[in-house]
Amino acid sequence: MTNPAVGAVPAAWGYLEQGKRKGIFGWLLSTDHKRIGVLYLATMMTFFSVAVLIGVLMRIEQLTLDPPLFPAQTYNAFFTLHGVIMIFLFVLPGLSAVFGNFFLPIMIGAEDVAFPRLNLASWYFFISGALLAVVALFTGNGPPDTGWTFYAPFSIRTGTNVTLGVFAAFILGFSSILTGLNFITTVHRMRAPGMHWHRMPLFVWSLYATAWIQVLATPILGITLLLVIAERLFGIGVFDPAKGGDPILYQHLFWIYSHPAVYIMIVPAMGAISEIIPTFAHRTIFGYRAIAYSSMAIAALGSLVWGHHMFTSGMADQANVIFSLLTFLVAVPSSIKVFNWTATLYKGSIELKPAMLYALTFIFLFAIGGLTGVIQGALNVNVHLHDTYWIVGHFHYVMFGGTGVGFLAALLYWFPKMFGKMYNQKMAIVAWFPIFVGFNMFYFTMLVLGYMGMPRRYFTHLPQYHEAHVISSIGAFIMAFGLLLFFGNLLVALWKGKKAGADPWGGVTLEWRTSSPPPMENFETLPEIHERPYVFNPEIAR
Amino acid sequence: MSRPASHSHAVHKDYQGAKLGMWIFLFTELLLFGGLFILYSTYRAIYPHDFHAGGQHLNAVIGIINTVVLLTSSLTVAVALSAIQKGSRRLTLQCLGATIVLGILFLANKYVEWSEEIRRGIYPNGPELEKLPNGGKIFYGLYYAMTGLHGLHVLAGVAVLAVMLAFVWKNRVTTTDYVKLENAGLYWHLVDVIWIFLLPMLYLAA
Repeated sequence: MTNPAVGAVPAAWGYLEQGKRKGIFGWLLSTDHKRIGVLYLATMMTFFSVAVLIGVLMRIEQLTLDPPLFPAQTYNAFFTLHGVIMIFLFVLPGLSAVFGNFFLPIMIGAEDVAFPRLNLASWYFFISGALLAVVALFTGNGPPDTGWTFYAPFSIRTGTNVTLGVFAAFILGFSSILTGLNFITTVHRMRAPGMHWHRMPLFVWSLYATAWIQVLATPILGITLLLVIAERLFGIGVFDPAKGGDPILYQHLFWIYSHPAVYIMIVPAMGAISEIIPTFAHRTIFGYRAIAYSSMAIAALGSLVWGHHMFTSGMADQANVIFSLLTFLVAVPSSIKVFNWTATLYKGSIELKPAMLYALTFIFLFAIGGLTGVIQGALNVNVHLHDTYWIVGHFHYVMFGGTGVGFLAALLYWFPKMFGKMYNQKMAIVAWFPIFVGFNMFYFTMLVLGYMGMPRRYFTHLPQYHEAHVISSIGAFIMAFGLLLFFGNLLVALWKGKKAGADPWGGVTLEWRTSSPPPMENFETLPEIHERPYVFNPEIAR
Repeated sequence: MSRPASHSHAVHKDYQGAKLGMWIFLFTELLLFGGLFILYSTYRAIYPHDFHAGGQHLNAVIGIINTVVLLTSSLTVAVALSAIQKGSRRLTLQCLGATIVLGILFLANKYVEWSEEIRRGIYPNGPELEKLPNGGKIFYGLYYAMTGLHGLHVLAGVAVLAVMLAFVWKNRVTTTDYVKLENAGLYWHLVDVIWIFLLPMLYLAA
């Protein structure tokens, strides 16, 4: 140990108080993976609340029929911002940037990621992209109004500030690539002695699969966005039909990235669920290898299904059929996970702690999200459902019901480890009711609305959709209230929470074998691993 | 098991890890250009004649001169790496210097080439380009996008090599610790490889 002052005391407040610098710069210039994870958490939560607020404003707009509360152009900016912020600043970096940064090294028994300085640089790319996106709102001719997909040719012709918005997304892509690169190298090179591939916790497997998608898919988004910028600044014509360009090619390139990207968002959440379920069932995970390999299978298959976003755009029939088939296939590895989680619960001694409750909610909501995805993957049904509220309902079930609730579950599970404090567990369960009830009122109604024919992205609606819109909006308000309770509870715990022990849940992966919060070097002594993960002592299980 | 001396965050050198990271980064660069290659192949299939005419128009001589320049620079950077491994700091500095000069020469040639096209009115929304059929507009659009993005990579490579030169000068890259130079060399080779694809696609397509 090089610094005796750090080594002597097994540091009550761990990484939160140790470090070379004091004060704010101790955080902003720290290359410690745990501090960077917390930086991501703080920034992402800020943007998340802004995007939730915009979402609530959109639901208020749909409460009234005539006259609209906000003009149409404002509504266009709303859904663009809501999408861009939620996708690029919350669910996409999501669990991987926060919990991945914090726990990946700990779970494989390492001191840090392979490239700590690059890791800090990733956060700076992230924050620069985020700030550029904010600047894009208030400069130029108004905020972007293209939706988060930036479809050509509209994105190259609209007068709003798309160039800066697209550049922000490009910078955020850089951050994502560098994080992925860092995680892959970390998993390959930094595992503790005895930490074989098949002894790694499943959250690590999910991060590893995700990192490969980040590395292999994001550059395609990069070049696509650069071309949109070149198109807007110089008019090179590659996506402009007036110059012989083909806008469908834009859609192909965009979805070659953006479909795998939805797996960047969901796979780490699945990984977190795979940690939570065995801990609270006090039982080893069922089908370890199946879950680990299904993450890799999702990464591989998920890269080949982008065409299902474009069934109505005009592709060859053969291509449509193949993309539809592959879409059905990609449901297989996801269901493998769901079945294995369920089998883990079987004959376990289940403890319904808050994190477990949210994890089970994840399974329920993700099942609806996944199955609606299979429905719209059928070619003929897709023609009816394309660009309706059904799609909006579906991806909110996956992205919010899946990734979002997975994020909440992971936060409840790891919060005591990250900050060394315990939140009010009853309150976390109380908050669950409005979140769960509001969520289903909010988005299930959208599925119905879509089936009735309500198109997405319209600032107003016809009278026959009014009742359903009102129900959906009320659901949104209930859910927003639940989220307020949820995060309020955690914020209170940061100030007033009781000290949490090293292992409040009886977890057995490596992060529970160090103090809460962990010391700067993660472990007092380097752990050595002799067995597979999730081996529970029957006495703990009681 | 007791922890080795590297308990602090300060010293951690894993050359294999550093190279693995670099290779993954190079994959992402290939995929970045891959997007452009997809566009090129699609449009070439749609507008074969216009692409043929475009290839005939471009100055293949400058293209080939630039290929020779860039290939030579790949050689000099490889020699620089061998030299540092064998402990010849002087030769390393000379070779790195030569690589940087060749990189700048490449960009100068590119400048001459672009200026000539622009003078003739062949640039996006330029008077001559507007007269061409749609396929021609796409060809030159891609020409500027591809060579432009590649040029930016050459520029970045020159900057990285200049930093390496300074590192060797200050003995921060030495005969026992040269992985930074090796990674910079890998990047430079990538820039070269991409050009090897661009040359036939744009200049020799006719």
